[in-house]
Amino acid sequence: MMMNLGRFRILAAGAAISAIMAVTGPAWTATPQDTLVIAFAFDDIITLDPAESFELSTGEILGNSYDRLVRLDINDTSNVTKDIAESWTVSEDGLTYTFKIKPDLKFASGNPVTAEDVAFSIQRAVKLDKSPVFILTQFGITADNVEEKAKATDPSTFVLTLDQPYAPSFVLNCLTADVASVVDKKLVLENVVDNDYGNAWLKTHYAGSGPMKIRDWRANEILVLERNDNYHGEKAKLVRVIYRHVKESATQRLLLEKGDVDVARNLEPGDLDAVSKEDSISLTNAPKGTIYYFSLNQKNETLAKPEVREALKYLVDYEAIGATLIKGIGTLHQTFLPKGVLGELDEMPYKLDVNKAKELLEKAGLKDGFSVTMDVRNNQPVTGIAESVQQTFAKAGVKLEIIPGDGKQTLTKYRARNHDMYIGQWGMDYWDPHSNADTFSSNPDNKDGASSTTLAWRNSWDIPELTKETRAAVLERDTAKRIEMYHDLQKKVLETGPYVILFQQTEVAGVRGNVENYRLGPSFSTNYVYTVSKK
Amino acid sequence: MASLDLTQTAGRRRARVIKFAISIGTFLAIVATTYLGLLAVTFFIGRVIPIDPVLSIVGDRAPASTIARVRQELGLNEPLYTQFYIYVSKVLQGDFGTSVLTTNPVMTDIRRVFPATMELATLGTIIGSLIGVPLGVLAAVKRGSFIDQTVRVIGLFGYSVPIFWLGLIALLIFYARLGWTAGPGRIDVVFEYTFTPITGFYIIDAIMQRQWDALRNILSHIILPACLLGYYSLAYVSRMTRSFMLNELEQEYVVAARAKGLSESRIIWRHALRNAAVPLVTVIALSYAGLLEGSVLTETVFAWPGLGQYITNSLQNADMNAVLGGTIIIGSVFIALNLVSDLLYRTLDPRTRAR
Repeated sequence: MMMNLGRFRILAAGAAISAIMAVTGPAWTATPQDTLVIAFAFDDIITLDPAESFELSTGEILGNSYDRLVRLDINDTSNVTKDIAESWTVSEDGLTYTFKIKPDLKFASGNPVTAEDVAFSIQRAVKLDKSPVFILTQFGITADNVEEKAKATDPSTFVLTLDQPYAPSFVLNCLTADVASVVDKKLVLENVVDNDYGNAWLKTHYAGSGPMKIRDWRANEILVLERNDNYHGEKAKLVRVIYRHVKESATQRLLLEKGDVDVARNLEPGDLDAVSKEDSISLTNAPKGTIYYFSLNQKNETLAKPEVREALKYLVDYEAIGATLIKGIGTLHQTFLPKGVLGELDEMPYKLDVNKAKELLEKAGLKDGFSVTMDVRNNQPVTGIAESVQQTFAKAGVKLEIIPGDGKQTLTKYRARNHDMYIGQWGMDYWDPHSNADTFSSNPDNKDGASSTTLAWRNSWDIPELTKETRAAVLERDTAKRIEMYHDLQKKVLETGPYVILFQQTEVAGVRGNVENYRLGPSFSTNYVYTVSKK
Repeated sequence: MASLDLTQTAGRRRARVIKFAISIGTFLAIVATTYLGLLAVTFFIGRVIPIDPVLSIVGDRAPASTIARVRQELGLNEPLYTQFYIYVSKVLQGDFGTSVLTTNPVMTDIRRVFPATMELATLGTIIGSLIGVPLGVLAAVKRGSFIDQTVRVIGLFGYSVPIFWLGLIALLIFYARLGWTAGPGRIDVVFEYTFTPITGFYIIDAIMQRQWDALRNILSHIILPACLLGYYSLAYVSRMTRSFMLNELEQEYVVAARAKGLSESRIIWRHALRNAAVPLVTVIALSYAGLLEGSVLTETVFAWPGLGQYITNSLQNADMNAVLGGTIIIGSVFIALNLVSDLLYRTLDPRTRAR
């Protein structure tokens, strides 16, 4: 009922707003000159502790408020740049990374930033064992050995020891993740309760050294960032940034048009279209590390035939989807690495070709087509895409039945491998090609109940060879060779994989004209607000 | 004679005390059963929906070991009835558990979101009753007239038009176009630094702190959604008032009053309405309870951080502690309002007092 209403709501709201806005322009009220106000649906934030957080919105908050050893280079996102590390060296055997910390750094609290804090932060994250911990533990670090593996040898030297000689680009990329944020050891230790490493306190408090401080967070209501005057880099131009939780796109649009917020972050296509016509508002966008795809469960004997996999890739009207359903919120994309990541491959061999698909199906002995189901979340754009796919499938006699469901419900089913086809998205966990390769082209154990539930496993795609290649790529220390390996993996998955990759998500924001330098980054952690100024 | 009188009075008093105790006992038993039923139904529905609650906590990417640990921590490996038993015994000790979504104790969360909803619902009900009752009376008195038709149309409109749509239109007209009211949210961001919520009822907080600017801003924010909910409750209240009044106006005592030569307004407002007021109290109480559940759509459109959004979001994430906590609150509200309307009956209807 809610979902049906949702659709009608968007239409009705859009039409109503357009009609009334056509009559008069909105009056203008201003937000404070030293404050950036952002309308943002941030109901996913459940904690502000960098060792625990794994949510997109929190990523943005932590990206603006916590320093790490290294950060993504925003101008070339296949590379990293120094943050609090001044320099680093990798030992001959590729197992030991030694970081020199910049001198005279201070946390927002006034405590000095030392290698001791870096070591404590890594140790703390590993021992807490929360959702993002695997980004660190994949280097062979465990709660038992972390004090040896991640330690400060003197106040300005941090040494990280790995179990295998991983590609340096992989290690450094992982260290840009939020879970590797540097927390203020002294401050956190003052707030430990029951040996919890300060987790309960840090959920709602702040202990960092980044450009902004987190001043206040009330769940589903407001989040306030304030300039950190102790920041080591260029200081933020605005005194504070206020995020207001606004869930409804039409409401965000009203607030933006009226000037009660400076930036609106969750505008839906209809509202985007409308605000783009306003002189006082401009749109800014950035491709994000999330790709949308639908997949074919190889437990289904029909879908397991290679010809069928290929045929279905020719039975999607990519162009039509790109021109309508994902206009403004995504760009067509067919390989498993999103644009902007090291090793990306920009190839799009598939387009709608019904005859070719029919030939392939005939070869598979399915001249008259077959019936199959697809689990689809009850929201856009996936529902629209599923309907489009349903129509184009029918052209070759493939009868697609759409099973709608709530997001968590379809995901639960997908993880249990009970689907035929599943349409969904995959966002990068950390900004390295291994994050996606490890799930799309790796399946160490295809048995039911295996511990590694990669996307390949969820679709029961048994690929010992590709799994080996994926493992080899993450250990390749020559970056140029490593890139080659990912190109190769992507081509193979593109040709034979049980995934029909559709597009890469684009994030769009509506920004008022007096806001300068507002840029969205490739990841949520790089959606920087501290660089913004107002005129 | 005098002593006999005394013993009679004492006996009557004792009888009344016993009667009172029995009625309290019955009431408590009903309440306990209601709560238990409410909890059981919600609990089992929550457990049979095909959503894995662990998924909401650890996300899609967590390693199997983390998932197993969290499942253990949540006690999800236990059989259902054991889980229910553990839950109920904890609730009896006042522990409603922790929301997996916000990681706060559920009661902390509810204490935060409920005042927002209650403030809005209270204002909405006041507005709805203050306008709805007179409108209903008027419609009944002028039955079949133009006024009656108008009230009917207003009522039907309020009842059938989707409230989010009305909300958006109201925002467009009064906020965006005319600029008479403030926009979505409870208070302007400029007050973030000067105004501190204490009770969570912003109007009361502002008065307590003597922050008249903030109060003006808060009222300017709440007026639109409150009027909207008021309209919604008005639609219902006015229809019910009309039918109760029509019923009363046909009674013989009205004819008698007219024959006695009482003025028409006295007959309507003093006699008929007072009789109609008894069932009307239940109607208003129920509509108030309905608003207290939190109107999800209104809260979404007006970016109002209330109970409706909280429970909906929790339910969609299989955050059962939060859903159960919210259900208990709503259940309590219904029970409390029923009790209040029962008590009001006694004051409004002398017959119930005499008995």
